[in-house]
Amino acid sequence: MPVVEKQRSDVILQYLRPKKKFPSVWCPGCGNGIVMGALIRAIDKLGYKRDEVCCVSGIGCTSRMPVYLDFNSLHTAHGRALAFATGVKFAQPNMKVIVITGDGDALAIGGNHFIHACRRNIDITTILINNFIYGMTGGQGSPTTPAGAFSTTTPYGNVEKQFDPCGLAQAAGASFVGRSTVFHTPQMEKMIMAALEHKGFSLVEVIANCHTYYGRLNKQGDPVAMVNSFKENAVMLGKAQTMTPDQLKGKYVIGTLHENKEATEFCDEYQKVVDVRMAGGKAR
Amino acid sequence: MTAPTDAGEAEAKPAGKNKHNFSKDNLPLEINMGWCKACNLCIALCPTQVFEPDRDGKPIQARPEACTLCTICWVHCPDFAIVSKHK
Ligand SMILES: Cc1ncc(C[n+]2csc(CCOP(=O)(O)OP(=O)(O)O)c2C)c(N)n1
Ligand code: SF4
Ligand code: SF4
Ligand code: SF4
Repeated sequence: MPVVEKQRSDVILQYLRPKKKFPSVWCPGCGNGIVMGALIRAIDKLGYKRDEVCCVSGIGCTSRMPVYLDFNSLHTAHGRALAFATGVKFAQPNMKVIVITGDGDALAIGGNHFIHACRRNIDITTILINNFIYGMTGGQGSPTTPAGAFSTTTPYGNVEKQFDPCGLAQAAGASFVGRSTVFHTPQMEKMIMAALEHKGFSLVEVIANCHTYYGRLNKQGDPVAMVNSFKENAVMLGKAQTMTPDQLKGKYVIGTLHENKEATEFCDEYQKVVDVRMAGGKAR
Repeated sequence: MTAPTDAGEAEAKPAGKNKHNFSKDNLPLEINMGWCKACNLCIALCPTQVFEPDRDGKPIQARPEACTLCTICWVHCPDFAIVSKHK
């Protein structure tokens, strides 16, 4: 793959759907747009053709992203992006299938699809924008809302514990897992490139600001304050390994957290069975 | 994975002339005011304070000579409203 190293600001405009109205529906300063820019630059640098990329999403603010992107797009039902994406990948194994999802979409209603996509290690790249809340529907708590945090459904503070999407994915069998934030955009872009080039299920969790709901209900301020707080609270994996769990409270460990290049991939394994059967052999 | 480029680690050089020689007649960036939502991210994150907000809170390149083309403003613009004229 030709990798263009130079940063170019104008490539984004070439990948926006010409008939969509811009600016986007997202609130001013919403982290989703920052991730969308990084995703476009990552795809452009890898030199993928538009037709070989398919972006799939469910429902949510985050999930509106494929609507704006001029690739093959599927905007599906809430939580079901990975199920549709599995179908696309199975029918077109050479397609670069990218799922763009929110914390609610991926881990609440779509939690089962998520763990089973990880378990199968199907070659799909999932970008999970974690803003700790349901943005689109008005700020309800999600599976990543931290304990004690406020949302419209946890008005006295959340009594539940939060999911760690990266830990969940790794435990379920995903073979590439990384975390970044919308402050660390150049790192996020490189991580998305690595995830796209990885064969197997790859998860990039991006910590992002929903200042409109999460930020307002938890007094975290405007987009600038929230984005800067990601800078303050992010810890590189190497450093995190020298810290105690107490010191890591409220911090986001960023970097490539897990990578297994040896794990077998779902479509490959299926193809092997097909090949054996087509040749008249027995599967085992 | 290569070490991340921490956006905030770009050196905060004092505003002043640099090798790019930008000026009011030779601006470093093109800003699409129609797409800009005045979120203030570019203005606040620019390490050399190139921008001033206009009446609506949208960025004006008030100190173009201080721009180092560090890319921070446009990689963080959620609305793709900033294009660097010098790639
Ligand atoms: C089957 C179904 N249930 C519920 C909804 C309502 N709904 C729409 S988006 C959403 C949550 C979105 O939250 P998240 O995935 O975190 O994305 P965000 O908006 O924060 O980006 C919900 C509950 C729906 N559209 N469909
Ligand atoms: S509600 Fe939150 S997630 Fe949705 S567009 Fe606004 S800031 Fe972004
Ligand atoms: S590229 Fe943007 S952020 Fe960087 S110095 Fe120039 S105006 Fe400031
Ligand atoms: S970051 Fe973009 S949208 Fe926000 S104020 Fe700057 S130009 Fe406008």
